[in-house]
Amino acid sequence: MIGMLTGFYSAGIEDPSFALSGCLGAAIALFMSGVSSAYLSEKAEREKELQELENALVKSLRQSDYGQASILIPCLVALVNGFSPFLLSLIITSPLVCAKVGVIPSATAIPLSIGVGCICLFTLGVYLGKISQKSLLWAGIRTLMISFGTIATIVFFSYTFSP
Amino acid sequence: MTAIRKVVLDVLKPHKPNALDFSIAIASLAPDYQVTTTVTEVDKITESTIVIIEGEAIQFEEIKSNIEQMGASIHSIDEVVVHGERQQTEAKQ
Repeated sequence: MIGMLTGFYSAGIEDPSFALSGCLGAAIALFMSGVSSAYLSEKAEREKELQELENALVKSLRQSDYGQASILIPCLVALVNGFSPFLLSLIITSPLVCAKVGVIPSATAIPLSIGVGCICLFTLGVYLGKISQKSLLWAGIRTLMISFGTIATIVFFSYTFSP
Repeated sequence: MTAIRKVVLDVLKPHKPNALDFSIAIASLAPDYQVTTTVTEVDKITESTIVIIEGEAIQFEEIKSNIEQMGASIHSIDEVVVHGERQQTEAKQ
């Protein structure tokens, strides 16, 4: 999202509808990609585990809790893997929606969305720091540096190769 | 009418549920069930156990269904104690 929005901004696009369409398309693609990849990989792993267990027990486990889990868990994992980036994309593109309905000026929508994206990345870094029990601030700054690096690279290439 | 008072089963089960959760699940089928599970062998995927179930009137089919639902397999019934009607009457007297 940050990459797309930076690209739109570098290209001088201020119309929030244009940026919103592009970002929503990417968000839907992220959802579909997340769901399908997670479902296929999780299903394959669960099937392999179930097969190994069935071989060891010399009986079918399709009707047992293990069999039901091998059906249900890939679906749950796939939905979480799909909805997580989709919901985050919606949050990042919320300033564009606000600009479209006239709550904020159109010119500020894309920079604001980029800012929201950076805040989301910082928050993610803080959360990762909490999990790994390291410095929260430093973990957040590290992920923020990734977004700044991405923005800088895109701006550099867009100004270098723009006509 | 006969009543099953005790069964000793040779059960092969996956590691999950562990022996404690496995025993609790069987014991929860009736208030008077007493379940003793001994793990005799362990390998990478499964563990062999001896499960002793004692109660006033054990419902074996229900227990078998519950064990299979948890992904385990009853390999054999090693020991049973069954009370006949006369024994029950004498016991009550």
